[in-house]
Amino acid sequence: MKLTGKQIKAKLEAIVKKYNNDSSMLVPILQDTQTEIGYLPKDAMIELHEMLNVPLTQVYSVATFFKAFNLIPRGRHQIFVCTGTACHVRGSERILETFERELNIKAGESDKDLNFTLGTVNCVGACALGPIVIIDGKYNGEMKIESVKPLIDKYRNTLETERGTQH
Amino acid sequence: MKRLSSPIELEELRQSIVKSRDPKKTIVSICGGTGCTALGSGEVIKAFREELIKRDLADKIEVKVSGCRGFCQHGALVTIEPQSIFYQRVRTKDVIEIIESTLLKGQTVDRLLYHDPTVTGQFVHEEEVPFYAKQKRLILANSSKIDPKRIEDYIFFGGYGALAKALYNMKPDSIIEEIKASGLRGRGGGGFPTGRKWESTRKAQGDLKYVICNCDEGDPGAFMDRSLMEGNPHSVLEGMIIGAFAIGAQEGYIYVRHEYPLAVENATIALQQAEENGLLGDNILGSGFNFRVKVSRGGGAFVCGESTALMASLEGKVGEPRAKYIHTSDSGLWGRPSNLNNVETWANVPIIINNGAKWFSGIGTADSKGTKIFSLVGKVRNTGLVEVPMGITLREIIFDIGGGIQGNRKFKAVQTGGPSGGCIPEKLLDLPVDFDELTRVGSMMGSGAMIVTDEKNCMVDIAKYYIGFLKGELCGKCLPCREGVKRMNEILTRITEGNGKMEDIDLLEQIAATLTETSLCGLGQSAPNPVVSTLVHFRDEYEAHIKEKRCPAKVCKALITYNISEKCLNCGLCVKACPQGAITPVEKKKPVVLDQSKCIKCGSCLDACKLQMVEVK
Repeated sequence: MKLTGKQIKAKLEAIVKKYNNDSSMLVPILQDTQTEIGYLPKDAMIELHEMLNVPLTQVYSVATFFKAFNLIPRGRHQIFVCTGTACHVRGSERILETFERELNIKAGESDKDLNFTLGTVNCVGACALGPIVIIDGKYNGEMKIESVKPLIDKYRNTLETERGTQH
Repeated sequence: MKRLSSPIELEELRQSIVKSRDPKKTIVSICGGTGCTALGSGEVIKAFREELIKRDLADKIEVKVSGCRGFCQHGALVTIEPQSIFYQRVRTKDVIEIIESTLLKGQTVDRLLYHDPTVTGQFVHEEEVPFYAKQKRLILANSSKIDPKRIEDYIFFGGYGALAKALYNMKPDSIIEEIKASGLRGRGGGGFPTGRKWESTRKAQGDLKYVICNCDEGDPGAFMDRSLMEGNPHSVLEGMIIGAFAIGAQEGYIYVRHEYPLAVENATIALQQAEENGLLGDNILGSGFNFRVKVSRGGGAFVCGESTALMASLEGKVGEPRAKYIHTSDSGLWGRPSNLNNVETWANVPIIINNGAKWFSGIGTADSKGTKIFSLVGKVRNTGLVEVPMGITLREIIFDIGGGIQGNRKFKAVQTGGPSGGCIPEKLLDLPVDFDELTRVGSMMGSGAMIVTDEKNCMVDIAKYYIGFLKGELCGKCLPCREGVKRMNEILTRITEGNGKMEDIDLLEQIAATLTETSLCGLGQSAPNPVVSTLVHFRDEYEAHIKEKRCPAKVCKALITYNISEKCLNCGLCVKACPQGAITPVEKKKPVVLDQSKCIKCGSCLDACKLQMVEVK
């Protein structure tokens, strides 16, 4: 569902109010905006620049500096392959490549139907379970190459079911 | 909730909590840390609760969610109190058996006890398990006993007693003296003496001062701060309040990585509970001291672990560091005196105040006092968090606590200090671990990540990994780091692809020296460490890649090929596993054929083959 400009504005007003219009809270404000909208659309950044009286360049530079922010829409399911050192020495690169092959996208991209976004994360601090993959906030530890496809299929199936109930 | 207004009221509250608890009551304590949660402890907790209600036992038996216990690989971890029976790798299917055998009949479920492959017999109690036996758990001591979301649990174990002592029996200067005398050094990586830092901030001019807790644990492979903030947030907070009182700060921030949602949650709850109980906010414990703390989520930038970058980010700006000719103790957050310490440093403070500097400085080596938490990860058998006294050897940590290398392979190196640290080879394993010894061998303590590698890890690849990581994380403000790291990455990539020249090694060394001398902040200054240390200790591996176009560990893809052994009997597993259709069966009981032109070297066949018929050359 795409939000209208009015809806975006209403959401932003609520967020900015929560932080008492405090421009030093720009990072958490952007984080909340992303949680609400799913990403940081250009219109939202312009709105925030006006509401908080912060230069648009600063909003944009903060939004592009930190890894947590996305300026383009993301898929319904978000897959993060941990590429922290502990996961790396246990072969996370091969796990990432398998996801790239299975989804036919590269890390940092989303598929054209916006079902999946594939990304990497530097470390989630669950190093004992490496290599680890986080999907929609759920941790999948001790990943193997052959466990990648069944895992994706699980999410593909739920997408299918959702689609089925909509019709 | 009544706000506590004196140390007596705090003690009365503690005693009432103690009295309300029956020490003989059966408690099922389940680890709710990130590692165990990933292994399904959430479902185990739910199953215990539901099953106990079903059996009408919910009043008699308490289910408790504890903080992280560090033995993450063996999760989900469950302890049955008061007998202290320690179960590991517990899944929902084991819940009924635990209830019926242990809780109802008092018998242990042997298959869930810890078995050590190197020692015969089994271990019933947590403290007997070799992983824990050699540790000295001061900071992590209570994580397994308390529910981090309940302040009563922290107070039950004497929590906030150090704060009461500091506010009523000590003066700010005497607290600083105590911390100085303890010899406590910053646990975030730099190892700067904590007491001296506090003293500078106390002496700095300014009406408003800040204390900041750095929980932006960006060092990949390190998770001690995550564990502490998740498992015992009040201990960190108590340290901060004592520090604020000593320094004369009125406001504080806890800066947590956004990748650690549970740490953010537990820190937020801790702040709220401390405030409700009069341990934070106005007139703390009736002493007249006011102090407030906010939790701030990081935006996912490694460089924000650097103090000035972190402060810029707190101000709502891009997290770029600045030159530190003016210290943050004089002009930090919003230009005001600011004292930043790491999570583990703060958690040490109540322990020092409670036990005294003399006791604390009795632990450790000449210039590194107390304990240090390491995250022992990689190819070691027992992965997890270990807290050990400074001065213990690397060999004791890796082999006695860590249980040695997985699959009995050969140890190659241990990487300490994250992207700022270096690789330490086997010949230096008897090195006592402290700030200065690690620096002396070209590595550093860092925040405490300890990544163990074995013979199947390529050291050039490890160096490339760290440089590649830093290339993505550097802020780009100063030229030496921005350009130097990029070029080092290009050179290392070239070497791992078999296109390196011997001159590349000299070039790497030159760039490394330039970076160390001229970069703006610690990130750039220490960035070459992984390269320099591998060049010192594993130069032969670099030379094999360059001269012989060979990767001795068989990791670098461009330099290896997969081959099928002549003894292959065509079981078909690899044919199914190959994503490229590069493997074809030819004849029954005869080796399959791998088409090298289609092979993408993904390793699927190697994993699929049960008989080791896939050879890597």
